[in-house]
Amino acid sequence: MRTAFIEALEQIAARDPRVWLLCGDLGYSVLERFASRFPDRFVNAGVAEQNMTGMAAGLAMAGKKVFTYSIANFPVMRCLEQIRNDVAYHNLDVTIVAVGGGLSYGSLGYSHHGVEDLAAMRVLPNMAVLAPADPVEARLATAALAVRRGPGYLRLGKAGEPVLHTREPAFASGRAIEVRHGETGPPQVTLLATGAALAVALDAAQELAEQGIEATVASMPWIAPFDDDYVRRAARSASVVATIEEHGAGGLAECVAMAMATGPNHGEPVATLLPFRLAREPVTVAGSQGELRDWSGLDPRRIAAAVSGVLSKAVPIRSA
Amino acid sequence: MPSCAVESTPALALRIREHSLRMVHRARASHIASSLSMTDLLAVLYGRVLRVDPARPDWPERDRLIVSKGHAAAALYAVLAERGFFPVEELDRYCESGSRLLGHVSHHVPGVELSTGSLGHGLPVGGGMALASKRGGAGWRVFVLLSDGELDEGSVWEQALLAPQLGLDNLVAIVDYNKMQSFGSVAEVADLAPLADKWRAFRWGVREIDGHDHTAIAAALGQAPFEPGRPSVVIAHTVKGKGVSFMEQDLAWHYRSPDLAQLARALDEVRNR
Repeated sequence: MRTAFIEALEQIAARDPRVWLLCGDLGYSVLERFASRFPDRFVNAGVAEQNMTGMAAGLAMAGKKVFTYSIANFPVMRCLEQIRNDVAYHNLDVTIVAVGGGLSYGSLGYSHHGVEDLAAMRVLPNMAVLAPADPVEARLATAALAVRRGPGYLRLGKAGEPVLHTREPAFASGRAIEVRHGETGPPQVTLLATGAALAVALDAAQELAEQGIEATVASMPWIAPFDDDYVRRAARSASVVATIEEHGAGGLAECVAMAMATGPNHGEPVATLLPFRLAREPVTVAGSQGELRDWSGLDPRRIAAAVSGVLSKAVPIRSA
Repeated sequence: MPSCAVESTPALALRIREHSLRMVHRARASHIASSLSMTDLLAVLYGRVLRVDPARPDWPERDRLIVSKGHAAAALYAVLAERGFFPVEELDRYCESGSRLLGHVSHHVPGVELSTGSLGHGLPVGGGMALASKRGGAGWRVFVLLSDGELDEGSVWEQALLAPQLGLDNLVAIVDYNKMQSFGSVAEVADLAPLADKWRAFRWGVREIDGHDHTAIAAALGQAPFEPGRPSVVIAHTVKGKGVSFMEQDLAWHYRSPDLAQLARALDEVRNR
């Protein structure tokens, strides 16, 4: 995803002289070409994320569109108050880019696990929050943030994620992207995923399909603004809505729960919400991203089993 | 046409002090001593130094001033109103219900560049502005007014380290060095001495001045950059609560608000100094 991001940003910067990139002394083998192509619009701010973010705000106040770049929590948590007071409050064109969201950095430990970022970012004023699922969405998300006015947050994976979209999806602001739809009758299950966890959702849907359950799967790259309408429609037509995210409390599950709980339900029954996400307790063992997902319960087989277990007990709204 | 001079900066300073005292009295607000400490710096900045246009607060070529010690909002609002950014009468609404004149510096007030209130934000943002001006070939300068207690914040020193690296000779930091912070004297809490040496070690050009001497303030700010290719810092030795004998260097007046009798006495003192 980071390759898709930087390639997209270079294209945008070639067209738009307002685009700047600031990094916090990270980006080896990723940012060099941008730095050499646009030396007057690149700054390595050193290992100093508060200053990087404050400078981004100052540049944006002078009319620049600034991207800050570092890994996992560093451009988010270390400088949260600069993001809140300087960037978000002043509604500036600054996009914070975090590489290695979720458990991407597996064995590097909790300092490198970006698992509360969506919760922290989605409550800030004016902030668009995006977590693309694959390199295709990463490119589209970068382009969307570059044209959008105001602050943004872009949670990327690392490198080498599989392409999940076989063709380019529509990528409208604040909209879900449906990637799999049951062909035989109305779906009983809708799986909603944000970020790279879409791959887990698609595998879980495959597991369910083998049990004869055709799940709808949607990618939710936009955490803010959020597609309340899509969720509410899903909650009316499915028995189970499951959320799948490589994140702890306060992320996709809460967005979905609020949409389901506050929308007009027209007197219809509303689906059961099954959140699959990380525990609040840190992951304290070493492992690859995949191993830590499984360790945390983000395992397609376990998700499929839990979903079918609830379905078997649920009063069917409509039979498939 | 940008205006950048008033007839008399001492007269402007007096009006800032009078307004600030009345504002905090009416609002029963804190931080009067912080406002009085930096009043002379503001008077010279807005009276002699800054190229700004009150009719066009967002004029792109204006000099920028960030008041990073956002708790001293009263004095900043007072000087902005005096320079015509908004009506002087509005100062009476400081901290009133529904007023845009918030108790910490707010960018919703015409002429304010950056909302502050949490310390340590101004210098990094000022560095970004200065970089935009520098790399864009623009001539405007960036001034950042810092408190001494604020220098406890690590983010200040992050920018102190980077600004010389980026050659930001259009960036001027001004430290309101009144030697008092919110819960004790600077020497007691986290002594900054030797402060000039710290900035020199960070590769800044440094001037130390009496922060109440208008001639010295104007001379220092007019001479920046002090060293070619480097950012500048003016360490302004000041008196917290300057001009009101019973407020000067008394920690209580970081918090207290003058009652009617104290207001009358304070106004009398600032007018007759």
